[in-house]
Amino acid sequence: MSAPPVLAVERLAKSFGTLQAVKGVSFHVAPGEIVGLLGPNGAGKTTTINMILGVLEPTAGRIVIQGVDLREHRSAALSGTNFAAVYAPLPGNLTVEQNLRVFGMIYDVAGLSERIDALLAAFDLAKYRRTKAGVLSSGEQTRLSLAKAMLNRPRLLLLDEPTASIDPSAARDIRAGIAGFVESGHCGVLWTSHNMFEVEAVCDRVLFLSQGEIVLEGDPKTLPGEHGAETLDDLFVTVAHEALAR
Amino acid sequence: MSGSRVGAIVLRIFYLYRGSPQRVFPMFVWVAVDILMWGFLTRYLNSVSRSEVNFVPALLGAVLLWDFLTRVMQGVTMAFFEDVWTRNFLNIFATPLRTSEYLTGIVLVAVCTSLVSLAVMVIFARFAFGLSFLTYGTALAPFLAVLFLTGIALGVAATAISLRLGPASEWLIWPIPMILSPFAGVFYPVSVLPAWMQAIAALLPPSYVFEGMRAVVAGEPAPWGALALGGALALAYLVLACLAFMAVYRTAIRSGLIARYSAETVS
Repeated sequence: MSAPPVLAVERLAKSFGTLQAVKGVSFHVAPGEIVGLLGPNGAGKTTTINMILGVLEPTAGRIVIQGVDLREHRSAALSGTNFAAVYAPLPGNLTVEQNLRVFGMIYDVAGLSERIDALLAAFDLAKYRRTKAGVLSSGEQTRLSLAKAMLNRPRLLLLDEPTASIDPSAARDIRAGIAGFVESGHCGVLWTSHNMFEVEAVCDRVLFLSQGEIVLEGDPKTLPGEHGAETLDDLFVTVAHEALAR
Repeated sequence: MSGSRVGAIVLRIFYLYRGSPQRVFPMFVWVAVDILMWGFLTRYLNSVSRSEVNFVPALLGAVLLWDFLTRVMQGVTMAFFEDVWTRNFLNIFATPLRTSEYLTGIVLVAVCTSLVSLAVMVIFARFAFGLSFLTYGTALAPFLAVLFLTGIALGVAATAISLRLGPASEWLIWPIPMILSPFAGVFYPVSVLPAWMQAIAALLPPSYVFEGMRAVVAGEPAPWGALALGGALALAYLVLACLAFMAVYRTAIRSGLIARYSAETVS
């Protein structure tokens, strides 16, 4: 019998007035699985992630994190969740260490000082411990956001374009680090990216979202061939064009 | 309620104050400026007035008590605006943090910052102009309690307004104490106000404090019943302000405003 999913999304929908941003999507993320959430701009990826993070209320549907209903037990559901997003940098007027300490306390992390030391080392941030986050380079800020995302050893990790602003070498290290973190625990990851090479390298499964609906789902290595495309990049472009033509 | 999460909100503000003289400075400077200006004015009034009234406890004391309320309110709103200015809502609210824990944290910040301001004003007014808060006797405790509760209620209500209207609403928030002061009878008895202003004054807890303060300075007994009414009103407003914040927060979650706060509106 397979382990229960760390995230189960059932018929999730969100409307903004007459605009249906997300139209009843259902999917799950299993422990140890990295699921890519793909789609063109405006497909509903960030709206979906915001609903899973509890900062946007769904119009309909249900989100269950580690067996806990998000709507009914928000705090408990989010205690085992964390996220990093390129559009949500940590406060620039706090130092790296201060940011990690404040968010570590919010997530009630046991042995926080040791955890901070370990993450500073893991993300190569030790030398910036007392540096204000606002003066870090964008790549360093991304690493800090990822360190924050790992603070509570989340069972569900949401990454919205986590490597969007960093160089290929650092991105590779970060992908390896996240993959290592997933393998070492029972964490499930929902990962959005526009970098199809990255998606193919790290994701076990991908969901193509278009105009608020999941239109394709499968293994990123075999999915292009199954749909007559040479690469995942080509498949992405085809799906995006079909969406525009609809 | 998690002590760790409440502590995180307080610690964040402590870190900011510790490394930032520009945040610490206003806790002292405006209080000091008010004491100097009103202290000399009351000294002048005492020298030219033929009445037996001592203007120091009546006017300077009133200024300091009003400053205390303002500091309490600003303690709450400043802590909230730190998250506005750093666009931190998504990071903060996409966590297990409850709104009650967030509010408790920023109220605790206001307690700390306002107590520092109060200590500064008491010491400075005592040594510069001979004003002793002990002049108010045992009524001082309810005076401060009512003003404190009102300041917290105003601060929470102001954060709710700001959460609803977006970052630009900041300019609406800062003048709130100034707008209320003519109705609260800070410097004059409420009886000199026209009837419609008196009706508003009756709804403002600070008006009971300043009426009580003038009674005590005039040698009359403290109006305990009126102060109790002021306290009950302040408590009711605090509950209403917290409910308003929760309601605005729920609306912001429903509309998506939390995630797009800088846009001020999602329409």
